Amino acid sequence: METILTITNLNKIYNKQVHAVKNLSLEIHKGNVYGILGPNGSGKSTTLGIVLNVVNKTSGEYSWFGGTTQTHDALKRVGAIIERPNFYPYMTAKENLELVCKIKGINYSKVAEKLEIVGLTERMDSKFSTFSLGMKQRLAIASALLNDPEILILDEPTNGLDPQGIHQIRDIIRLIASQGTTILLASHLLDEVEKVCTHVLVLRKGEMLYSGTVDGMTNKKGFFELKSGNLETLKSALENHQDIEKIVEANGDGRLLVYLKNNLEAEDLNSYLFQNNIVLQHLVKRKHSLEEQFLELTNNH
Amino acid sequence: MKRLLSIELQKIWKNKASKVLSITYFVILSFIALIASIKFDIGPVHIDAAETGIFNFPYIWHFNTYIAAILKFFLAVVIVSMMANEYSYGTLKQNLIDGMSKMEFIQSKFLTVLVFAGVSTAFVFVMTLILGYSFSSYNEFSIVFSDLEYLLAYFIKLVGFFSFCLFLGILVKRSAFALGFLLVWFVAENIMHGIMYRFIFNNDDEMASKIFSAFPLESMSGLIVEPFSRLSFIKTIGNQIGVEGMKDYGVHFSSILIVLAWTVIFMLMSYKILQKRDL
Repeated sequence: METILTITNLNKIYNKQVHAVKNLSLEIHKGNVYGILGPNGSGKSTTLGIVLNVVNKTSGEYSWFGGTTQTHDALKRVGAIIERPNFYPYMTAKENLELVCKIKGINYSKVAEKLEIVGLTERMDSKFSTFSLGMKQRLAIASALLNDPEILILDEPTNGLDPQGIHQIRDIIRLIASQGTTILLASHLLDEVEKVCTHVLVLRKGEMLYSGTVDGMTNKKGFFELKSGNLETLKSALENHQDIEKIVEANGDGRLLVYLKNNLEAEDLNSYLFQNNIVLQHLVKRKHSLEEQFLELTNNH
Repeated sequence: MKRLLSIELQKIWKNKASKVLSITYFVILSFIALIASIKFDIGPVHIDAAETGIFNFPYIWHFNTYIAAILKFFLAVVIVSMMANEYSYGTLKQNLIDGMSKMEFIQSKFLTVLVFAGVSTAFVFVMTLILGYSFSSYNEFSIVFSDLEYLLAYFIKLVGFFSFCLFLGILVKRSAFALGFLLVWFVAENIMHGIMYRFIFNNDDEMASKIFSAFPLESMSGLIVEPFSRLSFIKTIGNQIGVEGMKDYGVHFSSILIVLAWTVIFMLMSYKILQKRDL
């Protein structure tokens, strides 16, 4: 598979004290949709800043498109928005996009098309300073799409938006992802990442905790919620089962949360308990959401 | 190069404040012609500016470039703010992300400085020709086009000064503070001169002044020395009260070199700052 971005042993130390990125290595392949997860200050934005030529690395290497072009030329094939939309407030939406065209060295023909995608056609002659935050963010997406980028990088694209704004951005991202564009999405909204992304990278304190598919992270084991008339017999029966790792009593409503070592189907567990003369009132097999997995991952390390 | 210039000119031209300031600059520049209409009487003495000889070729080259250079502060504001705005709008970051290299960014700013200085020089050239042909007592071709080195000095002076402003804009990141810094720098240069004169060279003005003349702002202002004491009627007054007019009014190759050296230094430092800073 074609590699778009390779990062090898990247380090960033701010002011000789803050180690924001620690020996990070990763590869971004064409056609995948990546989510970068991490608490605030985990080094997501710093890493993106480095590969986007606005933050200087302390050590390590990165290369775009196999390292055949210089970073600033490679960036002409990339679309990126980071943190907040940055445009000239005194220019109209159209003029701002035309300026980006000049920088990227492309003609103006795409301007109208991209404004249409983000739904700003009617406001294209309004000054940027008159836009709401949601509109500014949508203009930023239009700007990032201008060159039909091979990869789209979005750093917290829904930060500070109202529910409608978040919804609009989500739809746009889905649309772009469905067209086969590689996307790198850094976000706090985990259900967002779970729905849109195929791969996740989890960062904490500048280190990579997990890198792989979304399914690989959420599907790992799963757990059961059980309830029965006699909790003690249920408990002792479960303790004897070989596939069960630990049993936790849920907060006060008499349910047991049963975590697994190996995969176990609900059917099999039910018949096992029935053989032990236990009848269940409640049996649900659940999978951890990305959010729960993420919290577990970042707390344990 | 055309691409870089068109990027920068769009940034400036779409900005109402910059546009108004630039236009104002050229309008005020053309008001130099109004000096011709200054006429006043001191008792029995009748003074008519147009007849004092200030519009005589080749003296007018000296006079006009000197006066026009005073107005450079209008464009300085435009240049400082065009740089500082990139920081406050966050567009410097965005430009780099969009695929502009840091080198290209500095180049586009410096090209704009050259264009501003060039247009201003051309404007002064045309205006001076018109004024001169209207009022000068000499219209021979060889006299009209002598002393054109003042025009070159004017151009270099503007380029040097604007480069300094650009550098301050990058260094300080805020237009108001950058302009304040410019003022502080000017004062600091003169204080340094004083210190050198008093304490380092033991009241030896020659050495102190020599070093002083290599300072950035002083070297720029030294490119075109004041033209007033060169006027014949003022010279006459000076001679009568015993002041010898031994001043050197020419444009020196060495001063041009010093200003060019500062220009290069400012641009290189701007680039270094841009390279080192995390945005």
